[in-house]
Amino acid sequence: MESVMSHENELNFKATELRLGLPGTEISAAKNNNNKRASPEENGSKCVISSAKSSTENETAPAPKAQIVGWPPVRSYRKNNIIQTKKTEHETGIYVKVSMDGAPYLRKIDLKVYNGYQELLKALETMFKFTIGEYSEREGYKGSEYAPAYEDKDGDLMLVGDVPWNMFMSSCKRLRIMKGSEARGLGCGV
Amino acid sequence: MGYSFPEEALEHVLWFLSSDKDRNSVSLVCKSWYEIERWCRRRVFVGNCYAVTPEIVIRRFPEVRALEMKGKPHFADFNLVPEGWGAYVYPWISAMSVAYPWLEEIKLKRMVVTDESLELISKSFKNFRVLVLSSCEGFTTDGLASIAANCSNLRELDLRDSEVEDLSGHWLSHFPDNCTSLVSLNMSCSGSEVSFSALERLVARCPNLRTLRLNRAVPLEKLPNLLRRAPQLEELGTGAYSAEIRSDIYSNLAEAFSFCKQLKGLSGFWDVVPAYLPAMYSVCSGLTSLNLSYATLQCPDLTKLVSQCHSLQRLWVLDYIEDSGLEALSASCKDLQELRVFPSDPFGAEPNVFLTEQGLVSVSEGCPKLQSVLYFCRQMSNAALITIAKNRPNMIRFRLCIIEPQVPDYLTLEPLDTGFGAIVKSCKELRRLSMSGLLTDRVFDYIGTHAKKLEMLSIAFAGDSDLGLHHVLSGCDSLRKLEIRDCPFGDKALLANAAKLETMRSLWMSSCSVSYGACKLLGQKMPRLNVEVIDERGPPDSRPDSCPVEKLYVYRTVGGRRIDMPGYVWTMDEDSTLEFS
Repeated sequence: MESVMSHENELNFKATELRLGLPGTEISAAKNNNNKRASPEENGSKCVISSAKSSTENETAPAPKAQIVGWPPVRSYRKNNIIQTKKTEHETGIYVKVSMDGAPYLRKIDLKVYNGYQELLKALETMFKFTIGEYSEREGYKGSEYAPAYEDKDGDLMLVGDVPWNMFMSSCKRLRIMKGSEARGLGCGV
Repeated sequence: MGYSFPEEALEHVLWFLSSDKDRNSVSLVCKSWYEIERWCRRRVFVGNCYAVTPEIVIRRFPEVRALEMKGKPHFADFNLVPEGWGAYVYPWISAMSVAYPWLEEIKLKRMVVTDESLELISKSFKNFRVLVLSSCEGFTTDGLASIAANCSNLRELDLRDSEVEDLSGHWLSHFPDNCTSLVSLNMSCSGSEVSFSALERLVARCPNLRTLRLNRAVPLEKLPNLLRRAPQLEELGTGAYSAEIRSDIYSNLAEAFSFCKQLKGLSGFWDVVPAYLPAMYSVCSGLTSLNLSYATLQCPDLTKLVSQCHSLQRLWVLDYIEDSGLEALSASCKDLQELRVFPSDPFGAEPNVFLTEQGLVSVSEGCPKLQSVLYFCRQMSNAALITIAKNRPNMIRFRLCIIEPQVPDYLTLEPLDTGFGAIVKSCKELRRLSMSGLLTDRVFDYIGTHAKKLEMLSIAFAGDSDLGLHHVLSGCDSLRKLEIRDCPFGDKALLANAAKLETMRSLWMSSCSVSYGACKLLGQKMPRLNVEVIDERGPPDSRPDSCPVEKLYVYRTVGGRRIDMPGYVWTMDEDSTLEFS
């Protein structure tokens, strides 16, 4: 009985509750935000902004986070270093040509966009509409007619996946998706 | 008093006393001991350059050979102190150029050092040996050129974390050919490309060179040239750790590292190319200090690297090391004393790495000598802090920064009071503490009650009321430096504990609730304190007395009020209230 009563009360309360969000949308109680107190913005004055934070889930674009001066307490030369590193990472893409045996024209991709082999191979599968098999160190790519290969700095044709990702990124000159008997020869671990 | 202990004997005994604390005690015994001591004090440490004047120091200690001094408040590191605040070293150099012609050492931290000052140093002190500029600014490579050119006996030139304006990379070439005395050179903060051949020749002709910290512009391919000429190096800071992937570069580098059998400390590692890491594996087992805080390596590479450094005592690293890397660290590095984990993406809204409180807990479990921690993370729990406290009662420095302000215990959603309370209860020798996360007045009660050896406390976005501040000021017997930002602390606690402030070096409060009226009152009551209001909104008098000040810096001094304040700093003393009445 008691629980029904409180449930009813809760419903009524919710119906008249002032919320920030589009009408008809449910706002799930934000887990962390309820216990957050607002940081004092003006000297001494406090404004309660926790309710605004909990409604960002339903807005189309999240409000940009206001950066507090000197927080987190990281020295500027450290911040500059990370920003610089990030910048160089984004500015200079590693673009390589991708050819597929039998395809009429080549494509070009930016290796920097991918976080590892999985992502790269998935992208290649999508781009060229084929499936790559399972990779194993012993047998290369099993279960498919295709094998992803690349030309390294020395001009050698190498199987994709053998070396650490970072090393691959820095030594890969172009990609070649091989098909048929050639592919089997490359993928077969001798 | 038939006291006939010869002065010379006492002087001889005092020669063995190097600690300032001991010498200060000696000087309090009686007037003659005071006199004897002051004539033979060779090293002076001034923790706050405004606590005393050059004249007073020179008058008391006529035979000083080494000066170490600090200027701006610590929060200047995080841009909380506006430009032009002060901490100029020139007046000191000027006075000492006359009074201390035999000065050998100057070590400065957070001070403004101009080229003029550097030139004056280089020309005034014939036996000058050691210049350490830590987090300083205001000088250019021209000033460095003066030092290089004129200090013929220079042993140490260390510019750690300073800001130098790069006008020309040729400053290094100003070291004369007959300069062979260098023991330590740290130019890691400089941006310009120095002449490599000049650097090479310098390294080659200084057989006692033990520390060499290069700047980012020194290319990796050329590093072996330097290492081969300085196999006696104990501390090395690499330049950029990247090069085209070529086996000849790699083997050259690996071989050069293998010659450096004395290497104990490594730093640098900007722009790391992981393929070149194994080249330095040969030195890992002997390393006691490793600074990877610029190395954007990912977890597997970092883990592999630290797991080989079995003698490691100090590690600075980015949070790319993640919890798993820290677990490997705790298993491999049983001598670890100091750990600093810096954030790779401090302003990102979401975590970009898998680093949580668990990493720190692992290290606290596995490393019995761990006593100094600086840890940036995005979540924390009371349970974790309690575990850390239980594991490491030998903790001396504990600085925790949870990146989002006022974040509660992520498991219980409670404040982190009990966690930090456990730290101060268990770690009885704790000297430095920085806190973050959601904290109420209760944590300050714990601190005031238990943190009796605490010397430095940093607080941000914490507390509920003046009671918090009162607990700290009334309870922490050893407190020397207190820095507070964005806390609801106001007039009552400050005024009630005014006397405490004279026992401390300094107090910083910014974005709190201290009123202008209270500042004036404090300045009036306490003539031996400088109470400085920093307010960029204009004169505090243009606002009501009840209006809170932007920033407040209070420090004890025997030097009187500052005479070099910028327009946005006002000193509160008896005069200031009379001026406007």
